[in-house]
Amino acid sequence: MKRFAQLFTAIDQSTKTNTKVAALADYFEQAHDPDRLWTIALFSGRRPKRAVTTTKLREWAAEQAGIPLWLFEESYSIVGDLAETIALVLPATVTHDDKPLSDWIKSLREIYTQPEDARKDFVLKAWATLGGTERFIFNKLITGGFRVGISQKLMTRALARATDKPEAELAHRLMGNWHPDTTTWHQLVEADDASADASRPYPFYLAYGLESSPDDLGELSQWRAEWKWDGIRGQLIRRDGQYFVWSRGEELMTDRFPELARTVDFIPDGTVLDGELLVWPDGQPTPASFNTLQARIGRKTVPKKLLADAPVVLHAYDLLEWQGQDIRTRPFSERRALLEKLSAVVPAEAPLRISPQLEFSSWEALAEIRTTAREAQAEGLMLKRVDSPYLAGRKKGDWWKWKLDPLTVDAVMIYAQSGSGRRANLFTDFTFAVWDGNDLIPFTKAYSGLTDAEFRKITAWVRKNTLERFGPVRKVTPHHVFEIAFEGIQRSTRHKSGVALRFPRMLRWRQDKPIQEANSLDDLEDMLRIYG
Amino acid sequence: MTNAPVLSFTENGIYCAAGDFYIDPWRPVDRALITHGHSDHARWGMQRYLATHIALPVMRHRLGDITAEGIGYGEIRRIGDAKVSFHPAGHVPGSAQIRVEVKGEVWVASGDYKVVDDGLSDPFSPVECHSFITESTFGLPVFNWADQTTVAAEINAWWATCAANGKTAFLGAYALGKAQRLLTMLDPAIGPILTHTAIENTNRIIRDQGIALPDTILANAELDPKSHPNAIVLAPPSALGSAWSKGFGAQETAFASGWMAIRGVRRRRVGDRGFVISDHADWGGLMSAIRETGAENIYVTHGYTEVFSRYLNDSGWTAQVVPTQFEGESLDKDGTE
Repeated sequence: MKRFAQLFTAIDQSTKTNTKVAALADYFEQAHDPDRLWTIALFSGRRPKRAVTTTKLREWAAEQAGIPLWLFEESYSIVGDLAETIALVLPATVTHDDKPLSDWIKSLREIYTQPEDARKDFVLKAWATLGGTERFIFNKLITGGFRVGISQKLMTRALARATDKPEAELAHRLMGNWHPDTTTWHQLVEADDASADASRPYPFYLAYGLESSPDDLGELSQWRAEWKWDGIRGQLIRRDGQYFVWSRGEELMTDRFPELARTVDFIPDGTVLDGELLVWPDGQPTPASFNTLQARIGRKTVPKKLLADAPVVLHAYDLLEWQGQDIRTRPFSERRALLEKLSAVVPAEAPLRISPQLEFSSWEALAEIRTTAREAQAEGLMLKRVDSPYLAGRKKGDWWKWKLDPLTVDAVMIYAQSGSGRRANLFTDFTFAVWDGNDLIPFTKAYSGLTDAEFRKITAWVRKNTLERFGPVRKVTPHHVFEIAFEGIQRSTRHKSGVALRFPRMLRWRQDKPIQEANSLDDLEDMLRIYG
Repeated sequence: MTNAPVLSFTENGIYCAAGDFYIDPWRPVDRALITHGHSDHARWGMQRYLATHIALPVMRHRLGDITAEGIGYGEIRRIGDAKVSFHPAGHVPGSAQIRVEVKGEVWVASGDYKVVDDGLSDPFSPVECHSFITESTFGLPVFNWADQTTVAAEINAWWATCAANGKTAFLGAYALGKAQRLLTMLDPAIGPILTHTAIENTNRIIRDQGIALPDTILANAELDPKSHPNAIVLAPPSALGSAWSKGFGAQETAFASGWMAIRGVRRRRVGDRGFVISDHADWGGLMSAIRETGAENIYVTHGYTEVFSRYLNDSGWTAQVVPTQFEGESLDKDGTE
């Protein structure tokens, strides 16, 4: 565990990509197979089966620290990380154990079937023999979620350096449904790839936002445009007589979308589609809002009524595998042509459509189309170069997303709450209000969008301008106006204001505006009429 | 008047009716007793100031031409019907807890304090009282400081690594207190110690009072940044990443604060390293200080006030939160505070 703790510290302490990659590559070269396999697993969100519930962990930690459980919970809410809170409240000790990482994981698996007393003994003993970072890591092995600023991209770069294999191949190998319990380092990283799992998706190609005008993109004829849908990105995989649906977050979602089973009848084996999962009821001109889709994502098994009310359709926009061949390096125009050929045989009522390409004769014309995106229930446009290969990860150049500007309102800050984790000593969570006659009616919360310097400034102000306290929440003097940006607005019965916003955030601190100039509830009603 | 509490909490600050004076007021008043020279405690605009002899020079430096009187630790002064004395708070050189006795009832306003001996400030000495006014900047059980020698070893190891890699080590620290404490922890065998002007100004005042600090070199505009290889530079946080610091070429930056105990906060500061060291009491320090006063009534002024006072109430004290404008250890205070 010490070696892994050193790696963790080196990565965690550095803000420099090169330092992180070098530390990781060194580790991959030196560590034993089971340890390096588990390291890839942990840094990509996989974890050992949970041997102890977090409820028990909290109780035991509070007991060992000699503090009441409520105080532990308060501390946790401020630190923002359970594994770290436990490591901090327990009495200090130095690590006097050097079992390898994978041995600790093996032990955790062994205690899984034991009675609670034995599990507690094991955990308390681990806490007593592990200090500092090792104790934190041990807790993380139980609770999961190693967020260390190592993206899949950096991990594959480090692996490539350690193994001399191409990055793109490694990125593909690490995708999908593997777990250290059922594979080995050799199988995952080194072995011939023929026996690969049938469900394995390709790394998604992600676009950057277009910052300047598309005029700079060059020759108009080299570009294709589509709606940028507001659904979930997914891959539909058809192999070995089965089908699989993966989300962009690498979650296997096949069971959540049973209606897509029908596509098996039309799509030949050896096909992988990239597209957008949308709720799109029959006969409607546009898909339903993201909120409706959210109800579907949340359900692992789907009741009949929901299936009928909120049917999901895959809007395909790319073809990655065709007749069992990986065709990602072929130009987009060719892949698109094959996709159109494939979709030609799909009946109209099937839950698979092809995302239309938009016709445009000039960038100005396209800009005009973009302004109508909200009516099409889209977030904006996607621009793709005709000759672009399908790359892995977020890359600049061939694909761009050209989103609509957000909707905005000017609102008054009325409540403030301190943050947790990174923001433990700052007020960062604010409630905003608009005018309803002479009253300020709260309508949204927002947490992001300000710089650290602005958060520090507003924190100092909140301390001096608190009117009332409700636990961690402070009511403050209505004084500051913020421009709140959001992507959509909907009627809501759960909110006093009657509206709910999508992705609200602070766009600007309007220190130039007096509160009288903030927007009103009537303004929100107008927006609701137009965009709701 | 006879029933007035010894100290009360007013919109101007902590007030003693029997002596008609304020402790660390945040609005201009006639007579102010000051616990220490940080800007949230020693403010501008009072008619008369009273502070310890050690605290006064820094206050004069920061507040300019003030009418102020000095007092020694333990010296008893009668102000009106109140008996007043100052006792070491261990926070920064010259910092004090202020003991106020009226008709046999004793209150102590502790300002900011830490209970461990930093080797620089007069160490905290507990004062028995009936009512104790405490901070709670780090009043959560997740804050438990390692001892100073351990942290000193970490800082020196980092400095030595920077030096070995040909990088200048930049250590961010507040000008009064933290900077001088860090100075005493550095190992001069590793290389020269350079200081930013804001910090050196305070160093000079502290040295003039006969408090020993290691040798430092002023890193002002005339200094050739390349002329001192292996150096560590102490600077206020705002100077890190400035044009001035960029002149030193390849460098690493570190920040020293109690907040660095939380990984999230450490990662938010974009510096390379965070060292956990504070001039405020940790959880154990707060609890031991409160226990040693023997006080029954505890007033919690700043920090994690709600949680901390709830815990005290649960544990048999009578505690309440009192609103103040004290800030504790903030990550945003500057060297020019």
